[in-house]
Amino acid sequence: MRTRCSIPEKTLQEMMRRMLRIRLFEERASDIRVEAKLPGVLHNCIGQEAAIVGACMALRADDFLTGNHRSHGHPIGKGVSLAPLMAELFGKRTGVCRGKGGSMHLADFSAGSLGESGIVGSLMPVAVGAGLSARLRGTDQVCLCFFGDGAANCGPFHESLNLAAIWKLPVVFLCENNGYAIHTPQAQTTAVADIAQRAQGYGMQGEVVDGQDVLAVHDRVVHAVARARDGSGPALIEAKTYRYCEHSEFGEPADPPPYRNEQEIAFWRARDPIELFLGRLEAWGALTREAFAAMKAAVRAEVDAAVAFARQSPAPEPQALWEDVFI
Amino acid sequence: MAEMTYAEAAKQAIVEEMRRNRRVFVLGQDVQTGAYAEVLPEFGPERIRNTPICEAGFYGAGIGAALTGMRPVIEAAFSTFCYSAMDQIVNQAAKSRYMFGGQASVPLVIRAFVAYTVAFAAHHSDRPWGLFAQVPGLKIIVPTTPYDVKGLLISAIRDGNPVLCFDDLTLASMRGDVPEGEYTIPIGLADVKRVGSDVTVVAVGGAVHRALHAARMLEGDGVSAEVVDIRSVAPLDRRTILTSVAKTGRLIVVDPAPGTCSVASEVAATVAEQAFTRLKAPVVRLTAPDIPVPFSPNLERLMFPTGEDIVRAARELIH
Ligand SMILES: Cc1ncc(C[n+]2csc(CCOP(=O)(O)OP(=O)(O)O)c2C)c(N)n1
Ligand SMILES: [Mg+2]
Repeated sequence: MRTRCSIPEKTLQEMMRRMLRIRLFEERASDIRVEAKLPGVLHNCIGQEAAIVGACMALRADDFLTGNHRSHGHPIGKGVSLAPLMAELFGKRTGVCRGKGGSMHLADFSAGSLGESGIVGSLMPVAVGAGLSARLRGTDQVCLCFFGDGAANCGPFHESLNLAAIWKLPVVFLCENNGYAIHTPQAQTTAVADIAQRAQGYGMQGEVVDGQDVLAVHDRVVHAVARARDGSGPALIEAKTYRYCEHSEFGEPADPPPYRNEQEIAFWRARDPIELFLGRLEAWGALTREAFAAMKAAVRAEVDAAVAFARQSPAPEPQALWEDVFI
Repeated sequence: MAEMTYAEAAKQAIVEEMRRNRRVFVLGQDVQTGAYAEVLPEFGPERIRNTPICEAGFYGAGIGAALTGMRPVIEAAFSTFCYSAMDQIVNQAAKSRYMFGGQASVPLVIRAFVAYTVAFAAHHSDRPWGLFAQVPGLKIIVPTTPYDVKGLLISAIRDGNPVLCFDDLTLASMRGDVPEGEYTIPIGLADVKRVGSDVTVVAVGGAVHRALHAARMLEGDGVSAEVVDIRSVAPLDRRTILTSVAKTGRLIVVDPAPGTCSVASEVAATVAEQAFTRLKAPVVRLTAPDIPVPFSPNLERLMFPTGEDIVRAARELIH
C-alpha cells in the first residue's frame, strides 16, 4: 500500500462519496426498473466508478466533458444533483433533459457536459471542438472525453486524436476500457494490447492506468489536465476497468449469453474500486468504517429522495413534444 | 450597391460577420489558400482554419465549438462530402437541442456546394436538400442570387441553430447588385421572384433561373407565370406557396433533385392537402429522375428539368 497521498482528506472523502453516489444511484435504478416501469434501456457502469470519478475530480467546475451511452456516471462524477437524473430515467418533466433524453443521455450542461451519446464514438470530435473553442475564446478550459474500448475502433476516435494532436488542444481522452463492446472482447477487435498505444501514432502521450484505483486514475488525469491547460496538448489515458452488470437492461430480466465466466467477474469484484479505496482510506485514517457507513447512509437517503422526486414529478405536458426543436 | 458574383457575395457575408463577431470562424480543407486567401493576414490561421480530410472529425469539432460559444462556418466543399459526417450532422448537430431538453444550442453553419451539369459524375453531383429536409432540427437554405446569399448567410451565422447552406454552383458566377454592409434576409421565407397570374412555378436552387427563363418565354404566349423561389427548404414557407397557388390555380414544382420524397413532393403534397379546391389542374412535378448523376454530358443533360420543360408543362396545364 502506498503511503499517504498529498490529497486533502476532504477531497478523498468527496471521491468516495461520488463513487458511492454512482453505485447507489445505479443499483437503485436497476432495482426499481421493472416495478417503476422505467421506459427504455439502462446501461449501468457499476464497477467502473473509479475511472469516472478519478478523472472527473481532476476537472475544474468550468471544464467540459463528453460521454457515451453508459452515461449515468459521468454527470455524477462531476458532482451534479441526483434528482433530475433520476427523473430523467423516469421520463419526467423535471428530468435533466425534460424527459427527452433518458438513460443514454444524462447530460447536465450546467456541469459543463456537452452531451452523452447513443452513437458510439460520436462525441469524440465534439470534445475536440470544445478544446478548440477554449483556445479560440482565450480561456484555459479543458475537455475530458470519455469513451469505451469499443469506440476506439471507430473512425471518429482516430480523427479526433489526430485533430487534437495537430492543433495541440486541451482535450484529455479517457478510455473506460471495460474489456467488452457489448459481448465482444477487446482482443477480437483490437490488434494492440493497449488502446493507449495508439496515441503514439498521433503524436500524443498515451498511458495505461489501473482503472480500479481511483487515486491512480486521478493522479494521471490531474497530470494530463495540467499539461492540457498549459498548452502542451492532449493526452490519451486508458483506464482498465470492468462492468459487473450486463451491457444493458431492457424488458424482462433474462440470462446473458455466455461471453464471460464467473471467475472473471469474481476476479474483478475482488478488486472493487470502492472497497480498494476504502481499505486505503481506513489505513490512512482518512475515513473510518463508521464514517463510511454514515456516508453511505447519507447517499442512500439522497437516492431515496431522488426516487421520490422522480415518482412525484409530472409527466411532460403534450405541448413539450413541440418544444426545443429550434432555439 | 456593388455588382458582384454569387460567390463573392457569399464570401462577403462571412468576412463581414467575422469582422463584427470574433466568435465567427471558418474551417474546412484548403480554406487558407482558397476563397479566404486574401483575408488570411487579417484573421490569421486560427480563424481561417485548414483541416485534415476527416469530415466526421472537423464537423464534430465545429459542433463542439458551437456548443461552447463559438459560431463556426464549415466550408464543406462538395455536398457529397457531408455524407462522411452524416452522424455528426444528423445525430449531434440537429438533435442535441431537443434531446437534451433545450440545454444545448448549436449555432453552426455548413456551406456545401451542389455541382451538377458540369460532368463531375455521381460522387460530386448530389442536390441533397431534400435528403437533409428529413432531419428535424436542421435549417436548410438554398440561395439563388448574390443579394439573397449575402442576406441569408448573415442570418444563418446569427441563427442559434445548425443551418445548412447549399450553394448551387450553376449560380457561382452569376452577377447581381449587393448592398454594402449588413442586411439580413430571414430564414423561412420564400421569395416571389416574378409576379404572375396564370400559373405558379415553385422552384429551388438553380431551377429558379430555369423558371424565370421559362416565364419570359411564356410571356410571348400571353401566359403569366409567377415564380416562387423556395429559398428556405427548412423551415418551408408554405404560406407563400399556398397564397400564390390560390391566386393562379395551377402549380408546377421544379427541383433538380431526384423526385421521390423530394422537396418537390413536399410542395405538391402541401398544395394537394391545403389548396385542392383552388386547383384548376393537377399539380406537376419536374424533377431529376431517381438515377445517380452520369458523367457523360450527353447523358447528364437528360437529367435536369430545363426552361423548355417548364414551358411545355405550363402550356399543357393551361390548354
Ligand atoms: C455507431 C454505433 N454502432 C453500434 C452501436 C451499438 N452499441 C451500443 S453500445 C456498443 C458497445 C460499445 O462498447 P464500448 O465503446 O466499449 O462501451 P461500453 O458499452 O463497453 O461502455 C455498441 C456496439 C452504437 N450505439 N453506435
Ligand atoms: Mg467496453
